[in-house]
Amino acid sequence: MDIENKILEGSPRHLARAISMVENNSPQKEEIIDALYPKTGNALIIGVTGSPGSGKSTLVDKILKNELKKDQKIGVIAVDPSSPFSGGALLGDRIRMQKHSGNPNIFIRSMASRGHLGGISAATSDVTKLLDAAGYNLIIIETIGVGQTEVEIIELADIILLTMAPGMGDDIQAMKAGIMEIGDVFVVNKKDKDGADKVKKELDYVLDIKYHDNPENKNPIKMVSALNNEGIEELMNSVYNYINKLKKQGKWEDKRKTKIKKELKKIFSKKIHELMDIHINYTEKLDDWVKLLMNKEEKPYSLINKELKSFIKESEIL
Amino acid sequence: MSEYEKIKKEKKEWEEKKLNKFLEKAPERKEEFKNSTGEVERVYTPQEDIEDKYVNEIGFPGQYPFTRGVYPTMYRGRLWTMRQYAGFGTAEESNKRYKYLLEQGQTGLSVAFDLPTQIGYDSDDEMSIGEVGKVGVAIDTLKDMEILFDGIPLEKVSTSMTINAPAAVLLAMYIAVAEKQGVSKEKLRGTIQNDILKEYIARGTYIYPPESSMRLITDIFEYCSDEVPKWNTISISGYHIREAGSDAVQEVAFTIADGIEYVKKAIEAGLDVDKFGRRLSFFFNAHNDLLEEVAKFRAARRIWAKVMKEKFDAKKEKSMRLRFHTQTGGSTLTAQQPDNNIVRVAIQTLAAVLGGTQSLHTNSRDEALSLPTEDSVRIALRTQQIVAHESGVTKTIDPLAGSHYVEKLTDEIEEQVWEYIDKIEELGGMTKAIEKGYVQKEIQDSAYDYQKEIENKERIVVGVNKYQIDKEPESDILKVNPKLREVQIDRIEKVKKKRDSKKVEQKLAELKNAAEGSDNLMPYIIDAVKEYATLGEICNTLRDVFGEYEESIVL
Amino acid sequence: MSDKKIRILIGKPGLDGHDRGAKYIARALKDAGYEVIYTGLRQTPQSIVNTAIQEDVDFVGLSLLSGAHNSLFPKIVELLKENDAEDIIVFGGGVIPEDDIPNLKKQGVEEIFTPGTPIKDVVDFIESKREKVGK
Ligand SMILES: Nc1nc2c(ncn2[C@@H]2O[C@H](COP(=O)(O)OP(=O)(O)OP(=O)(O)O)[C@@H](O)[C@H]2O)c(=O)[nH]1
Ligand SMILES: [Mg+2]
Repeated sequence: MDIENKILEGSPRHLARAISMVENNSPQKEEIIDALYPKTGNALIIGVTGSPGSGKSTLVDKILKNELKKDQKIGVIAVDPSSPFSGGALLGDRIRMQKHSGNPNIFIRSMASRGHLGGISAATSDVTKLLDAAGYNLIIIETIGVGQTEVEIIELADIILLTMAPGMGDDIQAMKAGIMEIGDVFVVNKKDKDGADKVKKELDYVLDIKYHDNPENKNPIKMVSALNNEGIEELMNSVYNYINKLKKQGKWEDKRKTKIKKELKKIFSKKIHELMDIHINYTEKLDDWVKLLMNKEEKPYSLINKELKSFIKESEIL
Repeated sequence: MSEYEKIKKEKKEWEEKKLNKFLEKAPERKEEFKNSTGEVERVYTPQEDIEDKYVNEIGFPGQYPFTRGVYPTMYRGRLWTMRQYAGFGTAEESNKRYKYLLEQGQTGLSVAFDLPTQIGYDSDDEMSIGEVGKVGVAIDTLKDMEILFDGIPLEKVSTSMTINAPAAVLLAMYIAVAEKQGVSKEKLRGTIQNDILKEYIARGTYIYPPESSMRLITDIFEYCSDEVPKWNTISISGYHIREAGSDAVQEVAFTIADGIEYVKKAIEAGLDVDKFGRRLSFFFNAHNDLLEEVAKFRAARRIWAKVMKEKFDAKKEKSMRLRFHTQTGGSTLTAQQPDNNIVRVAIQTLAAVLGGTQSLHTNSRDEALSLPTEDSVRIALRTQQIVAHESGVTKTIDPLAGSHYVEKLTDEIEEQVWEYIDKIEELGGMTKAIEKGYVQKEIQDSAYDYQKEIENKERIVVGVNKYQIDKEPESDILKVNPKLREVQIDRIEKVKKKRDSKKVEQKLAELKNAAEGSDNLMPYIIDAVKEYATLGEICNTLRDVFGEYEESIVL
Repeated sequence: MSDKKIRILIGKPGLDGHDRGAKYIARALKDAGYEVIYTGLRQTPQSIVNTAIQEDVDFVGLSLLSGAHNSLFPKIVELLKENDAEDIIVFGGGVIPEDDIPNLKKQGVEEIFTPGTPIKDVVDFIESKREKVGK
């Protein structure tokens, strides 16, 4: 199909269209992704995550400004939550980056989570492939303002910037709660405000304990003021240093392998799920099963095992 | 038993014996009646502590805390200034409209500028496409300003200019024009809006980031208190905050909070509160809820007096007086059945006058559609004149004082305003509160609720969600010449050819230098406009030094 | 298992800073179940068009109160065409005199909503085009 060619030629219109197809799970999705797959793998993918309002979008805006100087083509995927009530979404990240919208070397796409948990949307991973194939050599993904469990971005990004800011509840309690585990480079934003030093100190303290025995692995912490465009160059330097270090240690390859592995697993289980659904038709049967269980006429494991066995026999897999 | 207790007892009896029986047969139209402060009671009765607080809280006109008015005689002495905001198209056309209005009995001029002028772009800038001359007059160089005031004696009229981010430039041009007319600075009377904070909050015609904007403002304060002593250097505006959808309480709260920020900054810059304090003026909106509006104006006066006296230690009463201009509420006008707007404006005029305004602009019926025609402008002005000369409300001062409802509402608005002010102080002052998006969010939520109420018909807007008609009458509309941009561009080119470019460059370089340092910028700007530097050139010079503000949107 | 959502860009071309209407519409359309992107103030026609394309929206709603609609709305329609995106439906709102509407429509603005239009009318309009935009 020629949409792939158009994307490779750099047509933003077709790229945008393809993103929608992926997002909408349209029938052409797999074909497009597979056709473009050989052209992927060249982009550096940076994830930007952190609590709501910590300044992620503002930071991305300033990173764009900074990296443009280096002749990059940059793609941004900005994810915002869909309303659980209406299914609609007000995709607000883009506003903070809007002044770049006239720049032909920048492509920004807002995505709604559409019910997907994990801080990104179900399609985000495929969308990065499209941007990658289209020649965007730096891709920045801004996640939804995360809590503690929404950390799917680790499976997607090469490197993760975890933003924190004073006055956002980014205190030591939150840090202990596990979100810390996902950051590669820590960004203390809003350094123009009181309390930023304190956030940094606490962060230092927690990381010092964590890396007590191997301090050389301690993650970098960078103070910036995204609003005032301060500290961005230093931040990006430390990002690139971090990557070089990973490469030297041979961890870069591992990281990418793990990513692919996780992705394959995900596609695999999703496909199995869909397949089962088609054959067993479980979405439709579910109500009947519930009845059986309510009336104690069936037990959960034996019911499911029975259904699965009959499917496997029918399809003559065994 | 005190009188208050007697009333309380009687009220209880009335409720039990009369009211409840009546309600059983004939329930009220709604469960709850509301205004900006919350629920409105069925009837109000005298307040318990009125005797203790009358003198301190209500008092007398022209006396602290000015609840009843800022002058001892109010409209018995002099009526308010009737000042219609006007300006469109070219300087020539606007000049003609001003002369017309002065002939019709208007007593002050009020200049509206087009958006490129307000944001510091010349008409030939790419950003100006489609906007030149649309919402006001286009000013690019001193040449335009000379034409605008041609034949109007600047020592006689008072001129109000709705200009904010580039206020210093337009004031400089005004001073230069006056000089050419042979009128010295000391004689000039008028107002520049010069209120940048509400631009960040509600109106959107900002250029520079807050810190630099504040410096320009204090530079103007300082310059004028020495050189243009009769000039009102700022008009701290709640009008646009209300237009953006705030309620009455928020209008007062955020306006006063803006005022507090300006005073703080001026004091920090070393100015004497009693010297610039008397040159501060305010600008409010008048909506349809007549009694609430009156209470709003009274509360605003009382709060500002307390702010100046207690917070800033002002010593002179003149510094504590909240003098204000009012404009009837633009967003209350409907595009449907535009003649209904005449009635709305009449109610709003009453609100402003009963609230003790110093000057008033009444909107024209067709302003929801476009710029007003001459006919509509005349009706709007006549509305003021009818209230002034026929209604009788000007015979006595603050005639609604002592209304149980109005006094109670005045207190309630004041109380809720203080809560907002405290909250904003907690956030570190108004600039910080704006940067955080706090103020915008509060206003936006009110605006959303208001609109929802209209959609749900909880709030009736006549002609819009009730009493509609199928075919709207056709109306005469004023059209602005779409070729205007070319006319302006042509004029800029001519001016540029004629002026001494070397001198312009030199003056701009000096301005840049001064902006990088800490000199008062006014004299530099005046020098530059006199050499016919364009508004855009001056604003861009400052853009280079100060940078541009980035909107902090909250959704 | 296609899962399509209507996407709408609310744009503010021109220089006026009155975004009460634009923000209200954005929020209300979100509540009506659409995915909405808002550009913020002072957008040039080009940046609105670029945004519409990158975001692959089905509709662009323009809000303008300064009176510059006669030059800016058609410019946006034209740029969409130039960029091979004429299937994106453009509608507008704000202070727009009746007299100007026929001409705007002739130039490709699909619908104009004058002040006081209930949000329901906007939603009805969008729904009436659902098939046309393939959702
Ligand atoms: N003082 C200060 N404020 C900042 C800074 N960076 C961002 N902000 C402000 O913080 C607020 C939130 O910024 P965003 O960039 O929208 O934050 P976000 O993390 O993307 O927010 P969500 O996407 O809603 O989770 C805005 O009002 C910004 O102006 C900074 O360095 N200093
Ligand atoms: Mg964001």
